[in-house]
Amino acid sequence: MRMVWSNNRCYNLKMAARSGHQRGGHHKRNYGKDRVSHQKISRREPKVDENSPIIASFRTYQALLDRKNDKYERLVKMSRDVTIQSKRAIFHIHRINSGVDKATVLGEADEKLIAVREKLCQIALELQGEDLYQFIRAVSPGLQEYIEAVAFHHYCLGQGLVSLTQVQSALEFPATEKTSSPEDGDCPSHPAVTLYVPPVEYMLGVADFTGELMRLCITSVSSGDMELPFQLCQFMREVYHGFSSFSHAGSWELSRKMHTLRQSLHKVENACYTLQVRGLEIPKHMLADVFGSADSEDTGERRSDIS
Amino acid sequence: MASAPTQETFSKFQEYLTKDQDIREEIRASVREIEQTAREILTVLQGVHQPTGCKDTVSICKRSREMFTNIRRQYSELAAKLPAEQYYRFHDHWRFANQRCVFLAAFLVYLESDKLITREEAAELLGVKERREDGFHIDLDDFLMGLLQLANELSRLAVNSVTAGDYSRPTKIANFVAELDAGFRLLNLKNDALRKRFDGLKYDVKKIEEVVYDVTIRGLNPPPAQKPEAPTEEQ
Repeated sequence: MRMVWSNNRCYNLKMAARSGHQRGGHHKRNYGKDRVSHQKISRREPKVDENSPIIASFRTYQALLDRKNDKYERLVKMSRDVTIQSKRAIFHIHRINSGVDKATVLGEADEKLIAVREKLCQIALELQGEDLYQFIRAVSPGLQEYIEAVAFHHYCLGQGLVSLTQVQSALEFPATEKTSSPEDGDCPSHPAVTLYVPPVEYMLGVADFTGELMRLCITSVSSGDMELPFQLCQFMREVYHGFSSFSHAGSWELSRKMHTLRQSLHKVENACYTLQVRGLEIPKHMLADVFGSADSEDTGERRSDIS
Repeated sequence: MASAPTQETFSKFQEYLTKDQDIREEIRASVREIEQTAREILTVLQGVHQPTGCKDTVSICKRSREMFTNIRRQYSELAAKLPAEQYYRFHDHWRFANQRCVFLAAFLVYLESDKLITREEAAELLGVKERREDGFHIDLDDFLMGLLQLANELSRLAVNSVTAGDYSRPTKIANFVAELDAGFRLLNLKNDALRKRFDGLKYDVKKIEEVVYDVTIRGLNPPPAQKPEAPTEEQ
């Protein structure tokens, strides 16, 4: 048993050197070392060896588990990148109100989204031949953030709510040839892959997107746009209407987002109300002040929500 | 009031949710049946803990093995209800049933042959596929969970076989569980449910070792092979 034990350690160190990802493994090993019971066994049961069928079968289980866990970690990492890049695209779209030309802003945001899709293509490759739902917990945050960004971009282009089919078709990646251009480095070829978007993930992304609309509404008043809040309010009502029609609220997550959506809608409706009642009385620069205070409140809340 | 395309998106999703719900209902019904059969098999297998059970292990195994035909049929029904490639979408519904069934199969194989069940044998006994690629299978985590349940059950069996006067069994069980423990140590477990369950394995090992100890210091178990002339009190 002793002998086998030291073998295991060697094996694991080798694994660590190869995969480079071994945090969990180390924990486990240290933990195992502290345990005394194996010494007790070793005195009476020295014959556990590599030839035992049980040990042999556990070797295969070990390989399978490691493979799965490594894949999961890689996906978490990629998903995190997708989240960050999508967030940046969203922040970029919010600059619409700051006086920059709308078309330029949206064009730049589009470029950012293309970069995000490259990452998503890698995720799709990683998931090739796997059951997406097995790794959904790793992929889900990034995917939702991406959908949020796409929906926001799509809406700002004046095309209404992006549909699941549109999101899905953007995530079908054609096969590429191996290119090794000096500036891009080595770009290995990959077969055609599709990243399937589960409808629930799509809906959760859409729910997040309404939060962005609320922010856009508040900031647009500050910048003097009196039309946009009413348009946004109308659109958010439609979305809210759609969400409230889901019979059993789908999942726990969906009903929680529904609650947030309701709050966002409330804020936008209040803003429209104030605009309607007082918009004609107060000079525009003062109106900006009224909403300016409301805005800082909202964004503060929003930020704590993100972090 | 809503524009047509937006409305359509939502009504499509509602459709999807309704379908999803229907599939879940059907799966739940199937899993309930499997759980029911598993309980029946467990009741039969529990017979080995009875004082008389040690003697008719063979007949108990035979009876429970026959009952596995029901499980196989129920699993094939369940697999038929499942959309292709969506095993993990509904995994939570049958996770515990799978663990229980693997445990029962492993217990049965152990009682019959003193061996650890392989994934292949388990898949065959339950009428499912061994690998994910081939269709409805038993998730590796669930399989390992089932083996940990087996260790727990064996620690009980060690105690009860002594009570029933079978003094040789605890040593055999101790060797087996020690090897199982060595096997589990090979795995790099994450901090999840499996790891938690594995942490309980040492108590089972300890319990069985205590039984072996008690039996050995009283000279009750058959002596080691090199000293065949040593006296024994019973058997």
